[in-house]
Amino acid sequence: MTDENSVLLIIVLLPFIGALLPGVMIRGGRTVCATFTSLPTALALLLLLLLAPAVMRGETVHASLEWLPQLGLSASFFLDGLGLLFAGMILGMGLLITLYARFYLSGDDPMGVFYTYLLLFQGAMLGIVLSDNILLLLIFWELTSLSSFLLIGFWSHLPEGRQGARMALVVTGAGGLAMIAGMLILGDIAGSYQISEILMAGDAIRASEWYLPALILILLGAFTKSAQFPFHFWLPHAMAAPTPVSAYLHSATMVKAGVFLMARMWPVLAGTDAWFYIVATTGLVTMVLGALIALFKDDLKALLAFSTVSHLGLLTMLLGLGTPFAAVVAVFHIINHLTFKAALFMIAGIVDHEAHTRDIKRLGGLRRLMPVTFVIGTITALSMAGIPLFNGFLSKEMMLDAAQQTEWAGSQFAVPVLATIGALLSVAYSLRFIGHVFLGPVRSDYPSTPHDPAFGMWAAPALLATLVVLIGILPVVIVGPLVAVAGAAVIGGEPLPHYSLKIWHGVNPALVMSVIAVGGGLVLLALHSRLDRIWNALPRPEAKAIFDALVDGMAALSRDLIERSHNGAISRYLAILFAATVALGLVAFAGGSMGLPSRALLPVAPPVVVGWVLLIAAALFVVVMHRHRFLALVVIGVIGLMISVGFAYLSAPDLALTQISVETVTIMLLLLALHFLPKTSPKESSTLLRLRDAGIAIAAGLSVASLAYAFMLRDVSTISGYHLANSYEGGGGTNVVNVILVDFRGYDTYGEIIVLGIAGLVIFALMEALLKGPAAQRLRTTDLSDNRSRDRHPLMMVVATRVMMPIAVMVGIYIFLRGHNQPGGGFVAGLVISIALLMQYMASGFAWAQLRQRVEYHAMIGWGVVIAGLTGAGAWLAGKPFLTSAFGYVHLPPIEEFELATAMIFDLGVFLAVLGAVMLMLYSLSRIARSAREPVNAEPMDYDPTARGKATRKDT
Amino acid sequence: MISVALTFAFGCYAISLLFNLWRIARGPDVADRILALDTMVINVIALLILFGILKGTPIYYEVSMLLAMVGFVSTVAYCRFILRGDIIE
Repeated sequence: MTDENSVLLIIVLLPFIGALLPGVMIRGGRTVCATFTSLPTALALLLLLLLAPAVMRGETVHASLEWLPQLGLSASFFLDGLGLLFAGMILGMGLLITLYARFYLSGDDPMGVFYTYLLLFQGAMLGIVLSDNILLLLIFWELTSLSSFLLIGFWSHLPEGRQGARMALVVTGAGGLAMIAGMLILGDIAGSYQISEILMAGDAIRASEWYLPALILILLGAFTKSAQFPFHFWLPHAMAAPTPVSAYLHSATMVKAGVFLMARMWPVLAGTDAWFYIVATTGLVTMVLGALIALFKDDLKALLAFSTVSHLGLLTMLLGLGTPFAAVVAVFHIINHLTFKAALFMIAGIVDHEAHTRDIKRLGGLRRLMPVTFVIGTITALSMAGIPLFNGFLSKEMMLDAAQQTEWAGSQFAVPVLATIGALLSVAYSLRFIGHVFLGPVRSDYPSTPHDPAFGMWAAPALLATLVVLIGILPVVIVGPLVAVAGAAVIGGEPLPHYSLKIWHGVNPALVMSVIAVGGGLVLLALHSRLDRIWNALPRPEAKAIFDALVDGMAALSRDLIERSHNGAISRYLAILFAATVALGLVAFAGGSMGLPSRALLPVAPPVVVGWVLLIAAALFVVVMHRHRFLALVVIGVIGLMISVGFAYLSAPDLALTQISVETVTIMLLLLALHFLPKTSPKESSTLLRLRDAGIAIAAGLSVASLAYAFMLRDVSTISGYHLANSYEGGGGTNVVNVILVDFRGYDTYGEIIVLGIAGLVIFALMEALLKGPAAQRLRTTDLSDNRSRDRHPLMMVVATRVMMPIAVMVGIYIFLRGHNQPGGGFVAGLVISIALLMQYMASGFAWAQLRQRVEYHAMIGWGVVIAGLTGAGAWLAGKPFLTSAFGYVHLPPIEEFELATAMIFDLGVFLAVLGAVMLMLYSLSRIARSAREPVNAEPMDYDPTARGKATRKDT
Repeated sequence: MISVALTFAFGCYAISLLFNLWRIARGPDVADRILALDTMVINVIALLILFGILKGTPIYYEVSMLLAMVGFVSTVAYCRFILRGDIIE
């Protein structure tokens, strides 16, 4: 990889790494925090500028890291003209917003959190515009939805903030889901998920019968993100965000992601009728509708929000027209819209900050009180209106030029007329912004007397306003090359169309339309108060109400579904689970075919028949007697015993060892719990229901039995052969079961010990909560002492368990050590040792045993997982994948030569996690008794002969 | 000779397992059942050792040893449950 390429990767990573800084740096004060936020952004921008000359020469910078090549997913990025334009906008605006937010946020706002979110968003957005892989792009796409959710809901104490954030997440998230499907179809048609390869396959994609579904799904993603009608409603509600967020996300970057995507996919998707009618029409409708609503909004930010919706519609329409000229105009307007709209949002924020209101009806006359703000606001609003000498005029003229060349469904006039109406409305609301906020008489009833803010706050919008004027007067010098290179990237391989960035094109249709727009806009503004009354009297569909009703409906539907299937009765869960399993199994069985039996039945020895009879008899007994819980537990012991011995008989000694230990531990757990539960189960369902359940149970049991029978009569190819062949060579052990656990499937084992640890901790936490809740009260008043033996800690038992302890520990260590080559391993060893410890708890009581316990069981679980994880990660140091084991042979006289394998350290982790989890579970359950106020004993046994001996000696 | 002895021993322990089952089914008391289960564990240990002799491998011996070592723990737990209710006091 060359230097250029790694620079590109660093640019993408910088904001994510930088996101770690603000949270720490806020301790140094707000200015320090803002400085450290701007550092990664500035650095990334600098690196981008280093790459810029190559891109301006028409080259494309690529960088790629393999990630999941099996899925076609690689972390690959590329920088072309379009990427350069957007990345520059994201980083440049990021710097300005950081500066503005430093002064905008008040001392009560957690600024470190804000900047962290902002950098996360910036990184995600950069990822979108630089991705060369559509799967990677989708990941960043979702990341922008998530990080913008955090930013919109930054003032989480405000209900509007929370609702707006949720609405934005639902709408853009749903669109993102649709887009995932669309992108997968697209990648499937093109045969690659690399964008640079997809861009080559334009003809094949447009000819594919899957083109239309892919187009619609991808456009759903783009339209929701870029707030196109009818998904435009989330954007105004997202205005509950702090103004820096609105300026950054909702004018400059995130809402342009949809536009960016349409521009990126333009060479592939554009140029068909479907594209033209869907995209151009949606854009046109959005442009007019947004501008119309904006005219009647009194909230400054709502006005700007709908104006943004309108301008996004304009961009969408331009891309939808499908001509290279319109596409280049779209690129130019993206730049212009960024400069004036971001500045206007900041101006709105300044007005709100100083006057404590953004209601236009309460403002006016700010020209004298805030002269600087007035100048900046006027310049940018005139640009928004499309007045000559400002940059908005240039791109609007070109847009009108593109529109008047367009024929829509046979009509020459539809597009030009609607475009002119859009421009006219845009003039009206822009001039209203100037007229009703800054002009007019100075009022005396502002909520707070406004004045110009500190320089830091107006510096960013002032810079943008300067750009507005410079681009407006000298477009070719300032942005000409950038427009050319980005435009060329959008239209793909085609030659750049003829266009000229200048103010005076002579008298042409576009100029006439523009004059009509300005004149009409002035008329509308003059009539505004009258029109406003009519508008307010008209019935309008309220998007939020519709959205809420939709969401409520969906929520009610899911609640209904959950209450029907998850009503808390385990019999219902099991009935659904088993009925579904049997049904699916039957469907699969009916669809498949089965060969004739290829194996003969084996002879059965009489003792095995006896074991089989015992198993069946015990199972039937449990079914009949299960309401007597303790009795059922005793008989379950028979079943466990028979299963263990069955494993041993069927050549699975590892499983037999495990099963024996697990049985013992399980019985103890159940007995501990049963002590505080009713000793009989009541009948809770009707006879009919029980008959139904019995039917399901018998069907499931018979299915499994016949399936197993059918399998055992046939030769089936399995993976066992591979394991047997590779166990010694690959894993260094002759015990295949153990090598599978710690090596072949080590990752599964790692996951399992974590789950086991979590289960142990959850039981501990549940007990903790239980013992603090109302149940503890009931426990304290329950009398459990009647009719009990007074033989609490019998001497015989104490002595027997003490003798057993070292033997059991030795057996445990032996089983552990030889596990790699002979039956055994960390799991069984952990269980054996925990049983040895449990014996002590049983014999001498909880308090006595607990006093002698030195290591916390929580810590044991933690260490187990850490040791196993570090062993696995150790393989990375050797350049191997996670959990690759290594082994070697060591000769230490006088011991025989023995093997050392990293798998053994992993097994030690398993051992510790199992021991810790089992002990923590039993410890937690037995704590209940302590809170039932049973007396605890400090002595090891009821009657201690040694103590009496001492006492007697003392007496004499 | 050894095979005859093994067959005889297998038969004896198998029949005693069935007797244990009878005791577990009939009771009459819980204590009888626990005792029958414990005896059943001992008979199974014997069967495993016999099986190991038949196959000539030490693996079954180890399984039976582990069973002997932990098998009594559940019996103790059952007994503590009926005697004291709480098995870990």
